[in-house]
Amino acid sequence: MEWRFSNEAPIYQQIMEQIKAMIATGVLTSGDKLPSVRELAVEAGVNPNTMQKALSELEREGLLCSKRTSGRFVTDNPKNADILQEAMVMECVKTFIENMAKLGYTISDCIKIIEKYEKDALTVTKDRES
Amino acid sequence: MGNILECHNVTKRYGGKTALDNLSVVVKSGRITGLLGPNGSGKTTLIKIISGILCANAGEVFADGHKIGTESKKIVSYLPERPYFSPGMKVSETIQFFKDFYEDFSEDVAVNMLRTLDIRPEAKIRTLSKGNREKVQLILVMSRKAKLYLLDEPMGGVDPAARDFILKTILTSYNENAGIIISTHLISDVEKVLDDVIFLKNGTVVLHKSVDVIRSEEQKSIDALFREVFAC
Repeated sequence: MEWRFSNEAPIYQQIMEQIKAMIATGVLTSGDKLPSVRELAVEAGVNPNTMQKALSELEREGLLCSKRTSGRFVTDNPKNADILQEAMVMECVKTFIENMAKLGYTISDCIKIIEKYEKDALTVTKDRES
Repeated sequence: MGNILECHNVTKRYGGKTALDNLSVVVKSGRITGLLGPNGSGKTTLIKIISGILCANAGEVFADGHKIGTESKKIVSYLPERPYFSPGMKVSETIQFFKDFYEDFSEDVAVNMLRTLDIRPEAKIRTLSKGNREKVQLILVMSRKAKLYLLDEPMGGVDPAARDFILKTILTSYNENAGIIISTHLISDVEKVLDDVIFLKNGTVVLHKSVDVIRSEEQKSIDALFREVFAC
């Protein structure tokens, strides 16, 4: 797993986001066992307390569960991946719409622009092919 | 969790210059604390007082409940700013040195870490690069099963890859009931591993908070906050 951290949000929140992304994209799937807190902490280069906090929060949200003796697992609920993915898609769209609004474009403008973008992208590929 | 370190009204003067000014701070065990501040803010002085190398002019300091002295030195592992081994010593001799001095030193741990770095025990300190010398010193310090680790500029003057190695060594080798205090200027490199930060200014504590709290309250990194607080 590759970890990246930005400067603004607390690290444990960023860890949570990244684990959610792994579940949403199927890098981690239902029933997968997670490495130990210490291993994950060293891998991500973060404090074990921070990793512990992120994992406990994810447990509280029901995405991870721990079994007393055998470790921590991705909760066995295939719906979770879909829900997470949808949430992330909506987040992307929201950011895009907000940025476009700052430039003065409405949602219907955006749709036209996307269609134009798609057409242009197609012509570019065709040009390249020919 | 108990307090691994308590400093009460500590003052230290060098001649007319006051390095620590009635400083009080309490650090809990099981946490990694960054001791941050501009040059001359008193970081090294504070660390030296806790490790028992310097004596405060006033105030009291306790490490794991022990007044600074023989008992506290048994449980405090100190990494000075500069490696102190004589250049003529072999790496293996430095290991014996630590074994003689500290009951809690684990030779196996040290030897294993040196092996992963390809540092030969028979090499003389003189022949090691600056980075490797610092790593040897850090490995020895972290191979003690201490309760409080004091690391003064553990990454000064080494390359970014070596810094990562050093941080990894710190993360893997400390046990959760111990406390670690790291003084450094390389804030962006260490802030991922810190639980708390202490900002020192003119010998007093101006801020002592958890990194998570700072990031969510201020929406900025510790590095950015430091630049703001200590802007010249």
